[in-house]
Amino acid sequence: MDWQAFWLTIRLAVLVAAVLVAIGVPIAYWITYSRWRWKFLAEAVVALPIVIPPTVLGFYVLVALGPRSPLGRWWESLTGHTLAFTFEGLVIGSILYSLPFAVQPFAASFSSVDTKLIAASATLGASRVRTFFRVILPLSISGLVTGVALSFAHTMGEFGVVLMVGGNIPGVTRTVSIDIYDQVQVSNYAAANQTALVLVLIAFLVLSVVYALNRRIWATWPWK
Amino acid sequence: MAVEVERAKTSREEHRGAERDVNRRALAARIRKILSSSGSDFMLDAEFSAAPGITILFGASGAGKTTLLDCLAGLSTPEAGKISIGERVLFDSSAGENIAVCQRHVGYVFQDLALFPHLSVEQNVEYGLSHVPADERSQRSRTMLESFRVAHLRSRRPGEISGGERQRVALARTLVTDPCLLLLDEPLAALDSQTKSKILDDLRLWNQSHGIPILYVTHNREEVFALGELVLVLDAGKIIAQGTPHEVMRAPRHEAVAQLAGFENIFDALVTAAHEDRGTMTCELAGSSVQLETPLVRAEVGSAIRVAISAGDILLSSEQPVGLSARNLIPGKVVSLRQRDVIVAAEVNCGVNMEVHLTLAARDSLHLQPGCKVWLIIKTHSCHLMAC
Repeated sequence: MDWQAFWLTIRLAVLVAAVLVAIGVPIAYWITYSRWRWKFLAEAVVALPIVIPPTVLGFYVLVALGPRSPLGRWWESLTGHTLAFTFEGLVIGSILYSLPFAVQPFAASFSSVDTKLIAASATLGASRVRTFFRVILPLSISGLVTGVALSFAHTMGEFGVVLMVGGNIPGVTRTVSIDIYDQVQVSNYAAANQTALVLVLIAFLVLSVVYALNRRIWATWPWK
Repeated sequence: MAVEVERAKTSREEHRGAERDVNRRALAARIRKILSSSGSDFMLDAEFSAAPGITILFGASGAGKTTLLDCLAGLSTPEAGKISIGERVLFDSSAGENIAVCQRHVGYVFQDLALFPHLSVEQNVEYGLSHVPADERSQRSRTMLESFRVAHLRSRRPGEISGGERQRVALARTLVTDPCLLLLDEPLAALDSQTKSKILDDLRLWNQSHGIPILYVTHNREEVFALGELVLVLDAGKIIAQGTPHEVMRAPRHEAVAQLAGFENIFDALVTAAHEDRGTMTCELAGSSVQLETPLVRAEVGSAIRVAISAGDILLSSEQPVGLSARNLIPGKVVSLRQRDVIVAAEVNCGVNMEVHLTLAARDSLHLQPGCKVWLIIKTHSCHLMAC
């Protein structure tokens, strides 16, 4: 078992899940409450990573991060190196790849909050921000937990995007799933099996936590 | 002596001050709002004012009551109009003024209450007091919970208390913020009348010291008589009648009000004679030869009019009565008898079909059956006239 790859993957998944809470919550809020007529286009863009092949996404991210794109040049002038084949580049690619897995559960739970509660909060003098933090967010905990867990687990197991954007640099961009691929390439089936099993176990654990937590939430708030 | 004069002057000033105070707190609204849903347009077009105290907003479902409240609270924006409480303008389409919901200080208790399920009763009541220092906040919420008799429930969640208790908490949560207008959208509809009247007593008591206009929406006519000093009747988006419950409901001048107020018999009629000396006139019911003596209204002989008679105001006799003061004795035949709870609704044909309500005992002592010959007895003043 390549522990370096393992911890790198965990670090990546935690970072991506955290960033997705920070950017996914405002996006989900906007998708839920905006009355913009072209909103459906934004929803389609957010959902895109579910259906397009990871290699396609990875390819475009690679191009966008590369030294020939404005973003890549800007980053290079800032830090002195390009984003492609770095851990930071991996984080950006993974955020895009897991975006729908965070935003969709967030948006679903926001829209299930009774609009009467939001109206009541406003008539009691609460601003939109206060209403969000005191009413919408606490009533959406289960959706938040689901979104965080899914984006974490999804990032843990990604392959195509990582390979395209990060390559296979040990300690920098070599994640567990790439490690498995390498083991199989050299016919080291025992090691591949060991690592794959760990991934399956982690995925199972995360999903169990999600379902257990959701059940607890329903059980203590029976009137919902 | 000087003291006496001084005192009289102060009391006069106080009185004048109180009058000014009433005007300063009154709600004045002119609202035009078009709602289009699936092809059919609904237009709310209402102008009214409400002084401090309870004003009933009465109307069938779909009349626009909730839309009206939403506009007042700012949850919905009218196309045109002006809403003000005393001098304070909440909305004015011509001046481009539209105060945000959270700054209107309009209390709104929804039909389904909308208590926050994840907060305790106390946290619910303190929700609207975030701008108040913590110790004052808990002091005010405790006082309010006590005056609505739910202080013992303060650490419970809304899901763990009874329906009546939830209504009390919802009222307390809204009133603790000291709103300058209170909107109640049938919040007590689901309660038994005893619980309801106790809650209303507490609300009245609270408003004695606060004196704000309270708009109370209902479609229940018993509530109209029990509650209101003033009734506004809303039908198809328009205010079609206003006055005391007695004026509006007992003597409807509008057919929609008559239907809402439960007048079972409404007929088209023609004025055939006016007896100005006696203060009455004679009307012939359309499609029959029935002549009714009714109160005199300003209507030309020969003009069309509508007559509304409450089924409970009609007497039945199995023989031709003599020596009665009632001016309308009409022979007819019982068509059908239907028992509704403890009331029997008899349909009697006398040229037109009239619904008559009587007790079970009355039915039995008259031996009423379909086909029986009966006499209908209707007092002149039981006939309410409405313009067509």
